[in-house]
Amino acid sequence: MESLSGKRKLIESKPLNFLERAYLPAILSGLRITGKHFFRKSVTIRYPEQKREFSENFRGMHSLKRDEEGRERCTACGLCALSCPAEAITMIAAERQHDEEHLYREEKYAAVYEINMLRCIFCGLCEEACPKEAIYLDGDIVPSNYLRKDFIYGKDKLVEEPLNQ
Amino acid sequence: MELSLVIEKFILVAIIFGISLVVAMYSTYAERKVAAFFQDRVGPNRAGPLGILQPLADGAKMFMKEEIIPTRASGLLFIVGPSLAILTACIGTAVIPWGQQIVIGSNLIDLQVTDINVGVLYLFGVVSLGVYGVMIGGWASNNKYSLLGAIRAASQNISYEIAMGLSIIALLMITGTLSLREITEQQHGFWAHGYFTWNFFKQPVGFILFMVCAFAETNRTPFDLPECETELVGGYHTEYSSMKLGFYLFAEYINMFVSSAVMATLYFGGYNYPYMDAVNNALGGTWGPLFGVGVLFLKIVLFIFFFMWVRWTIPRFRYDQLMDLGWKILIPLAIANIVLTGLVSTFLK
Repeated sequence: MESLSGKRKLIESKPLNFLERAYLPAILSGLRITGKHFFRKSVTIRYPEQKREFSENFRGMHSLKRDEEGRERCTACGLCALSCPAEAITMIAAERQHDEEHLYREEKYAAVYEINMLRCIFCGLCEEACPKEAIYLDGDIVPSNYLRKDFIYGKDKLVEEPLNQ
Repeated sequence: MELSLVIEKFILVAIIFGISLVVAMYSTYAERKVAAFFQDRVGPNRAGPLGILQPLADGAKMFMKEEIIPTRASGLLFIVGPSLAILTACIGTAVIPWGQQIVIGSNLIDLQVTDINVGVLYLFGVVSLGVYGVMIGGWASNNKYSLLGAIRAASQNISYEIAMGLSIIALLMITGTLSLREITEQQHGFWAHGYFTWNFFKQPVGFILFMVCAFAETNRTPFDLPECETELVGGYHTEYSSMKLGFYLFAEYINMFVSSAVMATLYFGGYNYPYMDAVNNALGGTWGPLFGVGVLFLKIVLFIFFFMWVRWTIPRFRYDQLMDLGWKILIPLAIANIVLTGLVSTFLK
């Protein structure tokens, strides 16, 4: 029959000849192959010390951004929480006081902002939904932890470092 | 017997015992490193620089582990098994000549615990005792997998012992002695009377047969059927835990060390190396023989490396293939080798 894919291969099963039956030549060629691998450079990346370079559109841990004056951009509109397919984001909004204008950009801000990293699927929809460009998934891989409660990241872990420090 | 001789031998025994334990310890580390390199990996590198403390960590782990003796196991034999395995592994080093006579102060010291005139036979006796540890352990575990592993070990060792013995007969026909010291001295240097002195060049077939059998005797891949984990869970040490398991694993590495030393001594000249007389003259009576010891250890390390290289290259034999190879190929080949050696040594001389 004609082979449609052109990939068909006829396999003959001939009885082994003497050299093949002697087994030793085959072992020697096997040793040669593994011997070559012995001197090959290992491909391992020693993870905690070395890190693989992420691609440009890698989505890692979230960070809440500050504006050019160091004020938090988030206005606690809740669009990120709404867009989140995994329902990983919760927040509690609060009103900005007069003496807090250097801390928050808008009149409203997130007093509590929590992301459950166990729920998060790193889809990046929060980043797309945010009208204030306040949240980006530009961080590292989320580190492991022992307790579930430690995977709920609050503002202490999410908000960017202040500018002048 | 003089007291000084007793002390001298005692120190020598202690040193050799220590060295073989350390070599076995670092063989476990080397095995993992070598395996890693063959598979383009890095291997253990966390404990100490380059993972050099890994064997200590492994040993500590082994000691800390819970010790489980199955209720249906046969209590005493369950403990005797691993003890016997490691004991027989250790005493094989007694007859191996580690170096030429060495001058320390004004004394001439033999670097060999005992030079008995049946050294080769002693080695065979000790090596074949090794299977009792495996057998007793497997039987005492009261576990079908263990028992199957033990049966395999027993039948495999018996089959390959014959081929091993026959392969060595051809060598003994050339050397004319069973004393390992004399066999080594006959291989002095590297080149004499227009031919190589090392026995490998006089008995290449015998060496290959001996090596294959040594692989089988030490239960190393491709003959590691007694602990074939794909079929027998853990083989004869399925029920073992803690340091008893450690002893079994350790015994395997000591066996590997001993059989490497035996192969180096019988076929590759032991502590002999090219231009050794000149080197001995230059280094003097103390450092010259020590250099020879270093050479012997280099050969041993190379053999151990070869053991590992083979392990990470070829898969395990099927059981009937193992028996076929032993009985139908190795034994006839060994006998043919004896006949050929006899003919050559009769008509060429």
